[in-house]
Amino acid sequence: MLKLKKYKNKPFSLFLRIIVCLSALITIGILCTLILYIVIKGVPNITPELFAWEYTSENASMMPAIINTVLMTGLALILAVPVGVFSAIYMVEYAKKGSRLVALVSLTTETLSGIPSIIYGLFGYLVFVVALGWRLSFLGGAITLAIMVLPTIMRTTEEALKAVPDSFREGSYGLGAGRLKTIFKIVLPSAVPGILSGVILAIGRIVGETAALLYTAGTQAKIPESVFESGCTLAVHMYKLMSEGLYTNQAYATAVVLLVMVIIINMISGKLAKKLQKNY
Amino acid sequence: MANKCKEKAMHALFLVAACMSILAVAIICVFMFANGVPAITKIGFIDFIFGKEWIPNQNIYGIFPMIVGSVYVTAGAIIIGVPIGLLCAIFLAHFCGEKTYKVLKPAVELLAGIPSIVYGFFGLMVIVPIMQNIFGGSGKGVLTASILLGIMILPTIISVAETNIRAVPKSYYEGALALGDTHEQAVFRVVVPAAKSGIMAGVILGIGRAIGETMAVIMIAGNQPMIPDGITSGVRTMTANIVLEMGYAAELHREALIATGVVLFVFILIINLLFSAVKKKGV
Repeated sequence: MLKLKKYKNKPFSLFLRIIVCLSALITIGILCTLILYIVIKGVPNITPELFAWEYTSENASMMPAIINTVLMTGLALILAVPVGVFSAIYMVEYAKKGSRLVALVSLTTETLSGIPSIIYGLFGYLVFVVALGWRLSFLGGAITLAIMVLPTIMRTTEEALKAVPDSFREGSYGLGAGRLKTIFKIVLPSAVPGILSGVILAIGRIVGETAALLYTAGTQAKIPESVFESGCTLAVHMYKLMSEGLYTNQAYATAVVLLVMVIIINMISGKLAKKLQKNY
Repeated sequence: MANKCKEKAMHALFLVAACMSILAVAIICVFMFANGVPAITKIGFIDFIFGKEWIPNQNIYGIFPMIVGSVYVTAGAIIIGVPIGLLCAIFLAHFCGEKTYKVLKPAVELLAGIPSIVYGFFGLMVIVPIMQNIFGGSGKGVLTASILLGIMILPTIISVAETNIRAVPKSYYEGALALGDTHEQAVFRVVVPAAKSGIMAGVILGIGRAIGETMAVIMIAGNQPMIPDGITSGVRTMTANIVLEMGYAAELHREALIATGVVLFVFILIINLLFSAVKKKGV
């Protein structure tokens, strides 16, 4: 309150300060309202039956969807992480700065990260369901998601590799190691926290994704027996519960589980990013 | 010798990986256009883009209401999201202590991580009833969708704007102070204008997010395929059109939905180009 004196003759400055603070309050207020609302309404609806192994029309269990989410995340990451990391290695360690290829790869990566998930969904549907004739399949969904998270993994890995000091590389070359050995034994290990925080960001997107999966992996609430069967993740499961209109309570419970997952993922990613900053 | 081979092979592997994103964009473009463009020519470009009626069982496919719908809700989201987001970014960059920053920054990041389906659910359960109380009717429509989308693009705008405001050299701010400005005047009249093009890039990114948002909009926009006649009347966006009808559509109807995706895709490509143009100007 001491500060108020400062603004006695400057009402406009005071006004600016007030609206700036107000906006910050609104932002954090929205987040708190959202989380509190969903937790308060959702937690009482979480029952042990919702975690039964089988989904039936009487008991809309989310267990199959949770397991599917884990499987889908794993499958999409297996596809996306090697490509993303290798691509970043090429961009940082091999490519000449300012070459045409680098510019083109950067442009396309940026384009990929701007494409909305529904377009990925349509694309996946056209390629895997229609052109390849796989019907609604887990693998089709996973490949679609892998392309979707590729730019996230590429960009964070690039940043992490760039943050490794050149002296590390020079030291390694000085000791007689080749390029490959330098990359895998020296550069990559130092960049691991950065790469991981990108991977976790990607996990967050996969867990929350609905539009890209609806018409690629489908909505069947069952753990698929092979990658060519349909299976829905938790977010898709929640959409289904909401659109059917019969399972509002279950939708609340699902929202809580999704939200908790996302909060945990965010916390881990934040911790890792901080660790990276401390390193250098 | 074996080592040299290995080096060469891995070099090639890395190169192939780097080309994957080029390949992905190329395949996406080919599949979208090859599947969508024939439908547009079949329906007729003018009839498809500017047709005001969407009646699939009579084979009438005009997506003008959906284009207008997408533009309306995106504009609404910008009107609501940009002022709050920009001011919040200014707060983060110049008005808060380290302790507040440590709470607020992760909160903004969390806001970005919440899945759109959860936002949609929140909108349906909280914002829609509020709108029903104020305006009557179903509570679903342009305004409701704009508010929720405005919230959803907040983190994008905040983080891009904050980064760019922070990138303005400190000497600008100090110079303004030395000339007798208050802290607020210095920030608003000197620092923020200097970060203009970076902030613009953030807004464009926000437009891209809003126009491409699907699952949240479906829940709260009402989804009537008509040009809305007020801010409380129902609206259907291009994204909603695809998801709502793709499940049962066949033949020309299905192709028309894919063509809707193509139109959306073109919008996104234009927005992307604008984004990189503005970003380059900033550097």
